Amino acid sequence: MKAMVYRGPYKVRVEEKDIPSIEHPNDAIVRVTRAAICGSDLHLYHGMMPDTRVGMTFGHEFVGVVHEVGSSVERLKPGDRVMVPFNIFCGSCWFCARGLYSNCHNVNPNATAVGGIYGYSHTCGGYDGGQAEFVRVPFADVGPAPIPDWMDEEDAVLCTDALATGYFGAQLGDIAEGDTVVVFGAGPVGLFAAKSAWLMGAGRVIVVDQLDYRLEKARQFAQAETVNFTEHDDIVVAMKQTTDYLGADVVIDAVGAEADGSFLQHVSAAKLKLQGGSPVALNWAIDSVRKGGTVSVIGAYGPLFSAVKFGDAMNKGLTLRMNQCPVKRQWPRLFEHIRDGYLKPSDIVTHRIPLEHIAEGYHMFSAKLDGCIKTLVVPGT
Amino acid sequence: MTPIPKSDGDVSRHAAYLPGEPNRRVDREALRARIPGWGADVDPADRPSVPRLRYDPSASGAHWEFPERQPERWPRERSIEHAGLPPVFGTSTPPRGLSGVLRRHAYARYSEGRAAHWLLLIAADRIDAWESHLASFATLRPDNPITETGVLAEFDRHGLSSRIGQRRADRSHLWLDPIVVAGPWLLAGAGAVAAARALRRRRAR
Ligand SMILES: [Zn+2]
Ligand SMILES: [Zn+2]
Repeated sequence: MKAMVYRGPYKVRVEEKDIPSIEHPNDAIVRVTRAAICGSDLHLYHGMMPDTRVGMTFGHEFVGVVHEVGSSVERLKPGDRVMVPFNIFCGSCWFCARGLYSNCHNVNPNATAVGGIYGYSHTCGGYDGGQAEFVRVPFADVGPAPIPDWMDEEDAVLCTDALATGYFGAQLGDIAEGDTVVVFGAGPVGLFAAKSAWLMGAGRVIVVDQLDYRLEKARQFAQAETVNFTEHDDIVVAMKQTTDYLGADVVIDAVGAEADGSFLQHVSAAKLKLQGGSPVALNWAIDSVRKGGTVSVIGAYGPLFSAVKFGDAMNKGLTLRMNQCPVKRQWPRLFEHIRDGYLKPSDIVTHRIPLEHIAEGYHMFSAKLDGCIKTLVVPGT
Repeated sequence: MTPIPKSDGDVSRHAAYLPGEPNRRVDREALRARIPGWGADVDPADRPSVPRLRYDPSASGAHWEFPERQPERWPRERSIEHAGLPPVFGTSTPPRGLSGVLRRHAYARYSEGRAAHWLLLIAADRIDAWESHLASFATLRPDNPITETGVLAEFDRHGLSSRIGQRRADRSHLWLDPIVVAGPWLLAGAGAVAAARALRRRRAR
């Protein structure tokens, strides 16, 4: 089969690999029909995630058709159309028994602090991902779900991470009716978080980014107010001014480890890999939220330390909430919202590329060329 | 873009300095008219993440108390914060070469709580990349930094117009990217040329 393969920082190519085989009785092998490149794939691509090995296939956002199932699989059979959450989880450990599906203890030997994620380095369990023609899906009776008949395949692939994570970010904010919600980052997750904030009753939603084309999308797709931080000397002051000096009730960090805006932070984290991530957006969030407010973190950070302004968070009495999204818990409600027409996730897709062009796809997304917001990968074309 | 108001200098005119109302008032009808679905999840008790940490092992679909164990086909490196090897794990890219030795050491010796663990793994990543680049030159498909960086997308995906005339924070360090990516290749290339010349000179003598 053909698969995307990592060759070192900033380098990927398509290689011929063996079709994955059943390694556990509850495994399934899925033939991928749509995959996506995610902003967090860029952390791997840039070599920021420890234990990212040459030869690994990335891709944690994919849907497809069941090709083969292991002997203990009861709920799926070959030929089923399935969507697969980016989390790999057993469903039965102490954490899964309490709904913490993104924090499973039975699927990642390499780290106890992280659950299992497809195609996301050995730090997340060493699983090959779905930017390939076939992928191994562990715990087939627990993770994947059939794609509802009425659902478009492209909407389904966005439910496997970006939409679920954005919606989860808004939930972590504990938004009350009328709250002012600021979202840092107008990538796919930020756009979905902004849209979800309205569903939870926000009175005002403000999206902050540096790219005008993405802010344009935030106005259209998420009906949000927008602020380009490069137009302001100090974005924290601008956030105070626009909230009558209160600060926002809830701030969502949908940027994560490669935040730009401070040369020192960006270069020390993204180029020199001396931090677990550049906390520029997180520090802006801490300083822009009101005292007693909530900061929700859904941007991804690596396991090394980051220079976070913890004193401000303590002195302001903030609630900091964060996690990798437990995707499958979000699905029943998200399916309702998609069906009711409140959410149309595939509206944010800007590019569709064949698997063969994946190297150009990564560069385009990484360098933010051609108005790129979300790129889908179509294997076998 | 949202216009940002400037202060008139009198704090008594701004919300933060006054008690305000107990709850924010919103015009629900206007919001619903403007934003399809506004308030569909307004009840905090009716959101998928509520209640938190609800004990319900049957909700996941798991039909085992502890999963069967996947066979361990090679000694699987693991965090020493685990009690042993968990039952299911990824089998991509087993450790090999010098980077593999470093990785195994990082796992065997240091917990996730130690910076040494992660710094060793990052060092191993850099070594792995160079081991792999060198090994690729002994194959029919050597690494090609032009095609593998996808840099040709600069031409058919509007590299110039995506940047010119845009205020982008990444412009301040854009000049670093070619150095970070191409620099080591140029150095390696120059090194190879120098070595070849030295060899030729020695042979000529
Ligand atoms: Zn993702
Ligand atoms: Zn589990």
